[in-house]
Amino acid sequence: MATTTTTVPSAGPVAGWRSFLSRLRQGDEIAQMITFLFAASVVLLTLLLVFVLWQGSILPRHKFGFNFFRTSVWDPIFDQFGALPFIYGTLVTSAVSLFVAVPLGIGAAIFLAELAPARVSDALEFFIDLLAAVPSVIYGVLGVFIVVPLMRSYIQPALQNTLGFFPLFKGPAYGIGFLTAGIVLAIMVIPYIISVSREVLLSVPRDQREAALSLGSTRWESTWKVVVPFARPGIFGSVFLALARALGETMAVTMVIGNTPTISASLFSPGYSIAAVIANELTEASSNLHYQSLIELGLALFLLTFILNGIARLLIVATSQRGRRTGHT
Amino acid sequence: MHASVRPALPVNIPPLATSPAARETSAALSMRMTISKVNFFYGRKQTLFDVSMGIATNKVTSLIGPSGCGKSTLLRTLNRMYEIVRGARLEGEILLDGQNILTQDVTSYRRRVGMVFQRPNPFPKSIFDNVAYGLRINGSKAPISEAVEKSLRHAALWDEVKDQLHKSAYELSGGQQQRLCIARALAVEPEVLLLDEPCSALDPISTARIEELLVQLKDLCTIVTVTHNMQQAARISDFTAFLLTGQLIEFSPTPQLFTTPGDPRTEAYITGRFG
Repeated sequence: MATTTTTVPSAGPVAGWRSFLSRLRQGDEIAQMITFLFAASVVLLTLLLVFVLWQGSILPRHKFGFNFFRTSVWDPIFDQFGALPFIYGTLVTSAVSLFVAVPLGIGAAIFLAELAPARVSDALEFFIDLLAAVPSVIYGVLGVFIVVPLMRSYIQPALQNTLGFFPLFKGPAYGIGFLTAGIVLAIMVIPYIISVSREVLLSVPRDQREAALSLGSTRWESTWKVVVPFARPGIFGSVFLALARALGETMAVTMVIGNTPTISASLFSPGYSIAAVIANELTEASSNLHYQSLIELGLALFLLTFILNGIARLLIVATSQRGRRTGHT
Repeated sequence: MHASVRPALPVNIPPLATSPAARETSAALSMRMTISKVNFFYGRKQTLFDVSMGIATNKVTSLIGPSGCGKSTLLRTLNRMYEIVRGARLEGEILLDGQNILTQDVTSYRRRVGMVFQRPNPFPKSIFDNVAYGLRINGSKAPISEAVEKSLRHAALWDEVKDQLHKSAYELSGGQQQRLCIARALAVEPEVLLLDEPCSALDPISTARIEELLVQLKDLCTIVTVTHNMQQAARISDFTAFLLTGQLIEFSPTPQLFTTPGDPRTEAYITGRFG
């Protein structure tokens, strides 16, 4: 077989196949096929994940249907399972974390990329990368021993006294809860935002800065009106990364959120998140329905991530300035 | 592509040379900028040595020389753009309208000296917003849309873009983008316009248009351009300075420099024996 593949000029699909084989020997097609396989495996893995989650959650899907996402009772003893408090907890903690982390992270990135001396910037970047690599359980410990007492004794009472008229800041100060989990998450995702945003800002072409300066911009005007807008898609990218991390974070959140399935307008209230409840209950699920409900929660988290990423992407497209290079990342 | 044919320089313009005596005689010609004894350093490395020359008002002055000769550095001293590079240091004196530029507030100084770069670098904004940028940050009171139109007309771009002012600047061709960058610089009405190899990324037709434009623009402002294209320097400029390894070798009216160069190194360069 191998000896007969010398290219014989003949019509039809046979010739196409032959020339394909001969090109195959030269490596281009091989390289293309191998890299295509790698790229395709990403899609395949994602589909497999959805399939496993879907197959694994047959019982609750049949029993509760869409109500699974709408009800808030989670009672393994009476076999009642509703996902709403967990979805709520995941969303609220992620929102709090982004609310805190985005301004801090982007501000720090602007300082490091644009204003700090290069040496300071590189030295700090080393520590930031280090922070990004700290295991989340360590952040959980930090949360339990430092953030929780701080919140209970100082921050929550202070918020109550000043902004207590908002329902967000009403209720007893336990220390644990949505707000604390959000802040611990913020501490965890800030390094991602800083690191990626700094890199993106540094890669803005120098002639953009120079063009702004040559028109009589101050350094800050060139940073704020030219460099940051140029880097905007990349900065958004860093926020997505942070959001993805916040949505799925398990260990640190479990340690400080209070693990109580509640929906409350107050950020001081203890709560629960999807990732936390799966981690806590999967190994000791009391019934098949309980077990499969947890898997359906996993499906919910997956969909949530999917939807939020989609919305965020739409947001970029919708708010991107006129003039943004099309197809530019 | 036709080179713009211009009348020869009036004979009474004295040749500009680097010697102090020659500089004094050149005072007859109105000088927008005067560069005297400029030495320039990046860290410990010196890249300009004792450069002295004048930039004549409403003329085009070209800086030529092989790569690394310091022509771009010299250009960047004129609007103090070198200051954003760490470790860059300048010694000597540069005057604009008789005032030392180094002691002025750098932000307001740069408004008086526009710059166009090697590669077209419009902001990722609309055509209109690109031109309006300088006006807006400078808090210009003049109606912005009129000023934008005026600048685009000066840059010979208006007719091509007047119906698509709110389109992305990136949708323009390279040559149009470069003329947009010229319009952006002209919008703040600079006294001097610096161009750093403005055509090196462009095709011949776009290059011809920009050359033509520069010759027209000298009524509006004084132009200094860096180019590694000697034909271009010969076509568009009134004065040409030849630099080599950081030294100003020769500075004369363009026809003189290209026909009867005073220095053997200049002759070697313009006849293509090196560089």
